[in-house]
Order: sequence, then C-alpha cells, then structure tokens
Amino acid sequence: MSVAKSLPHDAARLHVTGAARYVDDIPTPADTLHLAFGVSTIARGQITAMDLAAVRAAPGVVAVLTAEDLPFANDVSPSVHDEPLLSDGAVHYMGQPLFLVVASTHLAARKAAHLARIDYAEETPILTVEDALAANSRFEEGPRIWEKGSATAAVAAAPRVVSGLFEIGGQEHFYLEGQAALAEPQEGGDVIIRSSTQHPTEIQHKVGEALGIPMHGVRVETRRMGGGFGGKESQGNALAVACAVAARLTGRVCKMRYDRDDDMIITGKRHDIRIRYRAGFTEDGDVLGVEFWHYLRCGWAQDLSLPVADRAMLHSDNAYCIPAMRIESHRLKTNTQSATAFRGFGGPQGMVGIERVMDHVAHDLGIDPVALRQRNYYDALGEGGLSAPRASATHPPEGISQEKKDNLTPYGMAVEDFELHGMTARLLESAAYDARRAAVADWNASNDVIKKGLGFSPVKFGISFTLSHLNQAGALVHVYQDGSIHLNHGGTEMGQGLFQKVAQVAASRFGVDLEAVKITATDTGKVPNTSATAASSGSDLNGMAVKAACDTIRDRMAAHLAELHQCAVAQVRFDRGAVHVGAEVMSFAEAAHACYLGRVSLSATGYYKTPKLSWDRLRGQGRPFFYFAYGAALTEVAVDTRSGENRILRADILHDAGASLNPALDIGQVEGAYVQGAGWLTTEELVWDERGALRTHAPSTYKIPACSDRPDVFNVSLWDGQNREETIYRSKAVGEPPFMLGISAWLALSDAVAACGETYPALDAPATAEALWHAVRRVRDA
Amino acid sequence: MSKKFHVSTTVNGDPVEFLCDSRETVLDVLRDRLSLTGAKEGCGTGDCGACSITVDDRLVCACLMLGAEAEGKSIETVEGIAAGEDLHPLQKRFIEYAALQCGICTPGILVAAKNLLEKHPDPTEEQVRYWLAGNLCRCTGYDKIIRAVMDTAAEMREAS
Repeated sequence: MSVAKSLPHDAARLHVTGAARYVDDIPTPADTLHLAFGVSTIARGQITAMDLAAVRAAPGVVAVLTAEDLPFANDVSPSVHDEPLLSDGAVHYMGQPLFLVVASTHLAARKAAHLARIDYAEETPILTVEDALAANSRFEEGPRIWEKGSATAAVAAAPRVVSGLFEIGGQEHFYLEGQAALAEPQEGGDVIIRSSTQHPTEIQHKVGEALGIPMHGVRVETRRMGGGFGGKESQGNALAVACAVAARLTGRVCKMRYDRDDDMIITGKRHDIRIRYRAGFTEDGDVLGVEFWHYLRCGWAQDLSLPVADRAMLHSDNAYCIPAMRIESHRLKTNTQSATAFRGFGGPQGMVGIERVMDHVAHDLGIDPVALRQRNYYDALGEGGLSAPRASATHPPEGISQEKKDNLTPYGMAVEDFELHGMTARLLESAAYDARRAAVADWNASNDVIKKGLGFSPVKFGISFTLSHLNQAGALVHVYQDGSIHLNHGGTEMGQGLFQKVAQVAASRFGVDLEAVKITATDTGKVPNTSATAASSGSDLNGMAVKAACDTIRDRMAAHLAELHQCAVAQVRFDRGAVHVGAEVMSFAEAAHACYLGRVSLSATGYYKTPKLSWDRLRGQGRPFFYFAYGAALTEVAVDTRSGENRILRADILHDAGASLNPALDIGQVEGAYVQGAGWLTTEELVWDERGALRTHAPSTYKIPACSDRPDVFNVSLWDGQNREETIYRSKAVGEPPFMLGISAWLALSDAVAACGETYPALDAPATAEALWHAVRRVRDA
Repeated sequence: MSKKFHVSTTVNGDPVEFLCDSRETVLDVLRDRLSLTGAKEGCGTGDCGACSITVDDRLVCACLMLGAEAEGKSIETVEGIAAGEDLHPLQKRFIEYAALQCGICTPGILVAAKNLLEKHPDPTEEQVRYWLAGNLCRCTGYDKIIRAVMDTAAEMREAS
C-alpha cells in the first residue's frame, strides 16, 4: 500500500529544477495587462477629492477604476459584506485600496498608482486596545463569554492566586510567494481565474458577485501556492476580483501580484491579543479556577475574526482539566489591516494564555513546571478501546492526583482521546529532562552573563472547522481504459504535501503504484462547493472523499469482473498493480480495459462529511471537534543578559499524527510549524506608528527565522498511535497543531530570564532581544 | 518609452541576447524576456534570496542587479543545475530528504548551496547555516535543508 510511506512531495522534482509553475510563472499572452492598487495614506477618514489625472496619463496605463466604475458588487469580504474592493469614500486603515490601475506592465501599474492626489477629511484612528474599548469599537454587540462552573468564586476561594496582563503580538504570514491572481476572459462573459488561494470556491463566489454572473460562469483553478499559512484563505479575494473586473472591461488577460511591501501593508495578519488572567490554585499545584479576558485587535473588517476569537477561547484550557473557567472575549474593531486566518486560527493565542498561567503558577510555588502541568492534565480515558494506542495504558507519574476528573473542556466536550501522559513521559525520557534541568541550574548558578533556560509545552488542538457545515468535502476520480487514474479533490496544495497524501490514498484503494495516479489542479469545475483548505482538515476531509470515489469505481469494477469470470465479488482483489479475480490475475490496466468494454462507468464522485459534531457557539457548548491532535516539546535556550541576544540550543519534539499517511511529510510539517511558532513569539515583531502606519513591511524590518536561527540540535519524532476516531487510515491532522510547540521556546526564554532573580519575568511576546534585555533588568532590579 | 539596451550575455552556458529598459532587473529579464521563471521575486529588496543566481560564479540576488549590467557576464540559474534529465546531487538529496515544501524558495537555495560547495567543498554545518542565512524559507524550519547540503557535500567529496 502507498499509505504510511515516506514518499517525497509530489512536485519535488519540479521544485528542484525550477519547473514548478506558480501563478506568476504561467505563460500569458503578450498583451496581458497588469494591475496595482492605489492605497490610502491615512488610517481613518473620508476622501474629499480624488484627482487621478496624473495616474491616467502615466506611461503604460490603460485604465483606472474607482468604486464607481465597478459594474456590480464592490465587496471582497468572506463573511459579512463589509469589505469593499475599492473604498466607497470611507478610509478604514492605512493601506486600504482606493483605486485600481490597469497598465501594460507590473512596474508601470505600480509607479502610476503613486501619482494620485487625494484629499481626505482625516479622523483620529482607533489603533490600540484602549482606543477601541474607549470608543466601544467592536464586532458583535459585546464580549462573548463562556463559563464552566464559577471561576470567579473558585479563584476567590483558592489558597493562592496569581494574576497578570500581557500582550502577544500578531504575525505576518510571509508566504514566500506573495498574493497573485490571473483572469482570462472567456466567450459569453465567462471567466477563468488562476489564483494563489486556499479557497477557490470563495474566489469563484466573490468573482461571480463582482461580475454579476452566477457561479457557473466562473472557473477557478489552483495548482499550487508558494506558502499559504491561512494568509490565502480570504486575502486573495481582492486580487482575483480586481483581475476579473479588469478582464471584463478590457477583454484582455489581467494579472495582479502584490509587491512584498504592498502585500504586508494591504493584507491581514495573525490577530494580536492582550490577555488578562487570574488563577486560583492549591499549595500542591492543583489549579482550581482560571479567569481570562481576551482583547483581540481584529482590524477594520470582520473577515474571519469571530471564529478566530472563538478558537482562542476553545484553546484556553489547552491540555488541562480545570474545574472552573471563565473566558471573556472582546473582538475589537481597529483602523488597522483586517486580521485574518493564520495557522492555528486563534488557537495559539488562547493556548499561550493558559501556558502563561501554568508557568506563573509553577514559578509562584517554586515547583517544576513540567510536573505542575502533568498534575493538571486531563485524565487518560478509554483504555483498551477499538484502536487504543499503547499510550492509554500509561499511568500518570507518582505523586499526581489520582482523583478522577470530569474531563470536560470549558465548552462541555468530553476529552476521550487524551494522549499526553504517555507522550510527555516518553519525551522527558528521550530528551533527558531531569539531567538537563539540573545541568541548566548548575550552569546558571555559576554564570552571570549567559543564562540558560528550559521550556516545556504540550499541545491539545481541536480538529474540525468550528463552523460545522464547512466540514464536508468532495472528490472526482476517473479511471481511464489504460489503467491510469485522474485524481481531483477540493483541497489545495500550499506545500503541506496534501496532494501526495491523498494520491497515496487513491493508489492504496486501487492497489496500484503511485505513478498510476495523476494529481491535478484544484478546479471549481471539477469539484464544487468546497471549503477552504484550512483548519488542518485537508487530508482528513479530502482523503475520505477520495476514498469514497475510488471505492465506488473499485466496487463497480469488482462486480463486473466477478460476473465475467464467474466468481464471487469477494474474490476480487486489487493488489500491487494486479487484479485477482478468483484464480485469474490481470494487470490493473487490463482490468480497466475489460470494464470499459463491458460498459462499466469508470468515473465517480466521492463525498464526505465529518460525523459527531454539534456546536452552539453562542452558548459555548457542544462538541465542535471530531478529535484532538497532541504534541509536546522541550526547548533549551541561552540568553546573553548583556544584550538580550539569544539562541535555541536544542529542541525535542514528540508529535501525534495518528497513523501517519506519510511520516516524512508530517515530520516536515512539525519542524516547519515549530520554527514558525517560535518565530512568532521571539523575533517577529509588527510595529505600527501613532498614525497607524505599519513600519515593519519588508523582510528588512520584519524578522522571520533564518537558517542560522534553526536549533543546533533538533530531534523530532512522531508518536506512533492511531486516531481513535475513524479518520482516513486512522491518521490525524498535522498542519496547525505543531505550530504551538513553539510556545516552549518562549517559555524557555522566560525560564532563562527568571534565573536572573526572584521575580516572575512576565514576558510579553514576541520576546525580542530588546524585550529580553529589558526583562533581565526588570528581574535583576526587583 | 525609455531607451532600450542591447545586452549580450551567457545564461546557463548558452549565448543570449536581449533588449531591456534601463530599470529592468536581471530578475525581470530572466522571467519576462527569457521565460526562465525558476528564480522568484520574494521581496524585491535582496532580503529573501528567492531570486538567487550566480553571475561569473558570484552569488547575487537577481532583483538587485540591472539587466543592462549583465553585458558580457556568465549567468547561472536553477534551470542550469541539472544536466538534462540527470539531477545534480544537491537536487537528488533535496528530494530524498524532503528538504522542500511549497518549493518556491527551493531554486534560490539550490543555487546558493551549489555555489557554496563549489567554493567550499568541505563546509562546516555553521558555514552552511550562515551561507544560507540570506535564503528565507517559511515552510521547512531548515533542518532538512542543512542536512541535505551537508550530506551532498560529503557525497561529492567522495566522488571526486
């Protein structure tokens, strides 16, 4: 079988030869037009006059469009129609598209876009959490509040209490391929769009609205993205719609790609968040109650902010069964880029909140932070179930409360698949935690300049879209009469290896080599009404849909071949490129040809919807997730207390991908996610000035991890369990969960700073060198 | 429109002539005039390395060099790394080690790594890490990239 094998990425050979085509690499006609937005230079106000004469007169300019020139809908919002493609007169953030330049070259369009003379009636922008709270500028009528038990009472009655308030910065996606789209006008007003998008159906929908045509007039194709990370779930809408409108107007192929600075200034990022907390606990370290207040800056438009903020709430427990918890979430509307999906989708923010609490509690009690976490873990339940992995038999370490917990999340979902007791034990052993904890303490006792720190963090991440209807997928599979197989499904490929994993499923169902399966571009004309490739759901949903399609064809083939050779259907087997029909053996190609001659349909669709989900987001009750994916990480760092400069010396990771469909690809996801997560909390700093200008809008000022930042020692393993739920070959989703393993790096830095004195370091994120320098002084001077 | 420059150069061993505007970069020329789209524009400011090429064996960001400056030079791009269908050892290792995900930084990283190994056939791991520090990758976390380069270097030393 092809599944469970470490096969390379399907396009690896194209990648290494430079032959893999991204949107901007697709050959286009010589008269292709190129687009650029003219953007606002203030953060809030009204346009009083817009003089575009110089733009229109600039060399190479073919057309300039404003909101009034748009033929139909002026909206690119994925949610509540609050996001005009081009400003309707109001300016909501600095960098907002106001007009669209259509020109003969990319450079001509960009240069012309800077020639506009625009007068504004400027208003004071709402930029900060304080500004937004003072103005009551928010999405939804008020904060969303979910509660389990009475947290306020539990904290009040607790023997000990810690509290705090801290900031976690946002994060730029920095997909290496910027946003890009291409529109080709077709006969009869139809259009074909090629877009670097995680959500072709959404592009189809928005383009249809903008052109005043039904969705059937728009075909969207996406072969691959040069990275997505959530940044191409909704942020590609504007470019695709702009290209479609310009193509309709000019009758020519239109292409748009954002220059890196434009991309960073225009598009949304991860939500930054301020978290206030109060936690009550016993002298032994049993956390009795936690109260959280979340303040997210959502930016100017709603986009996906409500489900992002919900998911932050949904991960406020992380791996811990806390008897009472209250979470109050404020979704603030600010005059900044509209914050959007980013790997983890709010989950990381919520998880940092509770990890901060655990860290603070352990520091307050002076007990080992890993032991404290283990003590508060959910119980491992359901021993010996259908597919219980061997972890379930692992008991909590000695000294840990044996009292049975209710194992209910703050939103009332029973945790039935908790893996972290066994995973933690194995990670601590393989990473030699106890010895290294002692070695770090020894080092810090005898070194004043370089301080070391260790940080441990677990991950429990809920898998499914919290908007339940999105948990569906479709597939289209053809078997040709020569035995070759055409595979298509609704998922998009952004580097995560989805296409290969799903092709492995198809090859396994037909018992053929992977070479027999042709992977094809995502195409709204082949599989309709797809959900975004997001929420880590790509393999789960599309793998099952493809399996259904393949099994339909396989069953038809088996029935025909059994009849032809007078044997029972059960005696037809598809294995290693051959088809066994009773005593007969034929190649898969021969079998396919025989079925074609026998007038058997060799094409089928497949469909899947995730079972067991029921969720009431207003009450915050139900089962929003099919299952949980788990992980654990231990990071060691060194900090130079004179400068704040720091290094990750070693990272050890154990991650749960269920029965992995492709261990090489899954480990790649884990490694990349950890580094990206650590980058978010350490070096990646977004800075807006007092006018609302994003000052970090290029890699020269915004620091993502580089090769030189990789941990010196990086040990990554997969936990070889199986998903207890019936997912595709019992695998687990792996895209987002390991991102949060990066929290261990932030905790390790906190641990190193804590070694400088007695006070809790209370780090914000990102813990840049500058922030660490200040923190060291704070702790030393206290 | 501005004056066009007539430029004669060598790309991946082939003599090439092109006309370009004064503002066009080598990256624009490669991608838009010569249909060599392996080099990518990641930032346009020389910070990400996605457009890495070599010019007379020197590693440069193609977005920072003007097309007109290519006169008389010898340019190598990712398209020239393999010998026909035969992949370079670096390319084979990158596939084998899964040292790529979305693949868009891969051409630049391969050009940079090949240039490193030509200059330093026996690099230390630290040397590899700092040589490639100008080539950003948002997907992989770099570990497999470094291991692929180190092991290719060892393999090529043995073969030579």
